[in-house]
Amino acid sequence: MQSTRTMEILVGAFMAAGLVALFFLAMRVSNLSAASAGPGYSLTARFDNIGSLKVRAPVSMAGVRLGRVDAIDFDQDSYQASVTLRIDAAYDQIPADTFANIYTAGLLGEQYVALDPGGSPDYLRDGDQIEHTQSALVLERMIGQFLFNKAQEDTE
Amino acid sequence: MLSDPLTRLGRSGIGAIAGLGRAHLLLASILGGLLEALVRPRLVLAQLFNVGVLSTLIIAVSGLFVGMVLGLQGYYVLAQFGASESLGIMVSASLVRELGPVVTALLVAGRAGSALTAEIGLMKTTEQLSALEMMAVDPVRRILAPRFLAGVIAMPLLAALFSALGVLGGWFVGVGLLGVDDGAFWSQMQAKVDFRDDVVNGVIKSLVFGVVVTWIALFQGYDTKPTAAGVSRATTRSVVHSALAVLGLDFILTALMFGD
Repeated sequence: MQSTRTMEILVGAFMAAGLVALFFLAMRVSNLSAASAGPGYSLTARFDNIGSLKVRAPVSMAGVRLGRVDAIDFDQDSYQASVTLRIDAAYDQIPADTFANIYTAGLLGEQYVALDPGGSPDYLRDGDQIEHTQSALVLERMIGQFLFNKAQEDTE
Repeated sequence: MLSDPLTRLGRSGIGAIAGLGRAHLLLASILGGLLEALVRPRLVLAQLFNVGVLSTLIIAVSGLFVGMVLGLQGYYVLAQFGASESLGIMVSASLVRELGPVVTALLVAGRAGSALTAEIGLMKTTEQLSALEMMAVDPVRRILAPRFLAGVIAMPLLAALFSALGVLGGWFVGVGLLGVDDGAFWSQMQAKVDFRDDVVNGVIKSLVFGVVVTWIALFQGYDTKPTAAGVSRATTRSVVHSALAVLGLDFILTALMFGD
């Protein structure tokens, strides 16, 4: 029979090990350390077609992640997708005429929002809307266009 | 007679439902005794030692090896698509979401659940529980509630230990032996494994499994026939029922959590 003290120490060590493992999973394995739950501001952008963009997809400029997609809604008046972007508070100098594109990471990767900076001296603030957007590339539409052009060339 | 099999079927059906009812009554009275168990942390501590500390070795070794096997097998498949850098995602997501909670629950059911059933069953067989009752000590509050609490506390910690060591095992095989890039292994993992969706859901799963496995083990012990054969049967049933309940619940929980 173990003495009470040894048992207490071992139980303490067990619980500490379990909590350390949980901490490891949170900080090292998952994205908690990188998650921007901190302060930030919201921008909206309207796209004709968002492809398969998902909530929480990254928002990046020059390949650096500035924030993430917060919400995706459908606007019944303009039949467009209204995408809410959550940008980290540290990046508060995004020009007002910035261009928002939906790109795909890799050939089969997930889609993300890429911002191309404009030249305006004014900066986007909380609640502003990004005016210039480009929709996601839909593969079927591209192939259709390609075939259409090809057919036109052949008839000429 | 013609009605004989029908009678037996009916009897076993009624028996199963009555057992389910007794199990829920027991759970209700255990939950009622939880506050008292919290007031006597020493009793819970002793059980944490039995359920948690003594299970650490098997959990740690299993986690390490499961992670290493995942690393080997995952690398084999992913390398065919030229995506061996995604090994980190594969290993960690499958461990944190599924294998960690489920395998830990199965191991705890075999390692600690069976011991709990045998202990309680023997206490009942040797009439120690009746003796406690004669001294006006409620055995549910004194014996069962601390064990229940310890099981529920220990399960998520053990599952986290399992997953963490599994990730390290996968890292050891992938990065150390097979030459996957160290930076890509961790960064892809962190980019794809979500804290709320994956880690927290895994912890919720193992909490549920902790409740179910401990509950089944305690009930089977408490409900055992007070004979040697009865205890042995209860111990077997405890492990089998726990395993079935864990696997079935895992499907339901996964469908609720990840099926959007």
